[in-house]
Amino acid sequence: MDLTQILEIASCTDPGMVRSHNEDSIAADAANGLVVLADGMGGYNAGEVASGMATTVIVTEMQQILSNARPFDVDQRTNQEIATRLVREQVLKANTSIYQAAQSQPQYAGMGTTLVTCLFFDNRVLVAHLGDSRLYLSRGGGFKQVTRDHSLLQEQIDSGLITAEQAKKAQHKNLVTKALGIDPTVEPEIHEYPTKPGDIYLLCSDGLCDMVEDDDIGMTLQALGGNLKLAAQQLVQMANDNGGRDNVSVILVRVLREYPGPRGVMAKVFAWLK
Amino acid sequence: MAKLILSMDGLVLKEIPLAKERTTIGRKPHNDIQIDNLAVSGEHAVIVTILNDSFLEDLGSTNGTVVNGNAIKKHFLQNNDIIELGKYKLKFVGEAAPAAAGAPAAEKADFEKTMVLRPSQMKAAAEQAKAMAAAAGGGVAGAQAAAVAQRAAAVQAAGQTATASGIADKDAAKAPAAAVPPSATATSPAKPAQPMGAIQLLSGANAGKELELNKPLTTLGKPGVQVAVLTRRPQGYFITHVEGSSRPAVNGQQIGAAPHALKDHDVIELAGVKMEFFIKA
Repeated sequence: MDLTQILEIASCTDPGMVRSHNEDSIAADAANGLVVLADGMGGYNAGEVASGMATTVIVTEMQQILSNARPFDVDQRTNQEIATRLVREQVLKANTSIYQAAQSQPQYAGMGTTLVTCLFFDNRVLVAHLGDSRLYLSRGGGFKQVTRDHSLLQEQIDSGLITAEQAKKAQHKNLVTKALGIDPTVEPEIHEYPTKPGDIYLLCSDGLCDMVEDDDIGMTLQALGGNLKLAAQQLVQMANDNGGRDNVSVILVRVLREYPGPRGVMAKVFAWLK
Repeated sequence: MAKLILSMDGLVLKEIPLAKERTTIGRKPHNDIQIDNLAVSGEHAVIVTILNDSFLEDLGSTNGTVVNGNAIKKHFLQNNDIIELGKYKLKFVGEAAPAAAGAPAAEKADFEKTMVLRPSQMKAAAEQAKAMAAAAGGGVAGAQAAAVAQRAAAVQAAGQTATASGIADKDAAKAPAAAVPPSATATSPAKPAQPMGAIQLLSGANAGKELELNKPLTTLGKPGVQVAVLTRRPQGYFITHVEGSSRPAVNGQQIGAAPHALKDHDVIELAGVKMEFFIKA
């Protein structure tokens, strides 16, 4: 199922005002309804390598699989849709690739990357994430954060040690508790949500949400939703105007209309004929 | 080293350095800080100190533990926090931040980069914390202490890189602030130092009306026909075309796709309406 006419995707990535190079990596495949954003870490250019590997592995592997399967196909053995398993497996594949590269090549030692990826299918979105790259949703007049960071700060907020207000001023914003490529295995957090036409999904690296208040991000999407490309550029510009201390990356995905997966008897017949 | 200053009715009684990992507070004599007052429980509270961080936890006391006027169960102590136990007050004085001026430049530059807190590090820290909690005796309080200490230990694991953070971080914040007006930091999106811009409508049904441009961005025009956005940036105001077949005009000239900088008294024409942009004194 080709989603090119259903999803409008715009993205923008920028090294920011301070860093000399961009360790963020973004990729989008509108036809398969897949977007990936990764924020790499590690010395020299290892961060770029890790984030680049993450986006490349996930996109190419998913493209290959989705060329002869659909996310809402049901696995005969488990009787469950294959989407979650597919996404999880590709994330693990990316983890293995990065981890092995980091182990085998001294200049890549210790590299890793955060990740947020969305797969759109059947009026739904499947979200997998690791670390502090985020997914936000702008729906109707509202704007909210969908993913919950895997970071020390978030854990401290959850355990009641500090309040969200204190967290804004905290100094260890940069410590993530989960990332891709650091350990031989990793468990991504995966959730599924229903989508509605008109929804705008925002994937971003911490360079955006650390520099720009959530309210301002929400307002920008509200005001510039009509021109997604401009909205993406505007968000990056706002982060840079506020100091741009980190690489800034955003991917915006707008759902233009419904995209239900085939259902019912006819679908089963077609599936059988295939 | 962090310390506590014990006082009653404004009279300083004692200074207690937080030298141990666990400093217990209570009425019974075996406590590190013994307060012989009936309002204080036998085992009232405990302070867990790891490196520069101290956590206060109430051990299920009868009258509770109050910090800065709020009853707490667990609390991350900050400089000058006042712990109240009955009539007694304990003031927490944190350790002065270590001078980071001498920290190598590389370390400073590295600090803000995203780093991963490895699970193995956390595990080691958690085990250490568990051992501590076990030493304190089992039960619910022990489990809670373990939770607190575990988090604390996680902070400690991160601490090696973060110790010099206090000042290094601020330095890093100053650098970009020097490039843009000082008010333009993440925490203060309102930019009071920047002159306020406004537009006044010159034609149409609402001619004469004035609109202050106090938000980071203001959209103008008719959705579906022609929409433009006015953005407020440290460098000044910009107009950008958002949607519609024709672009807005500034001083009779149609603008391009890129943002167009606005000067005082520029005349904008948008969706058939003329308006003047001006800087408010």
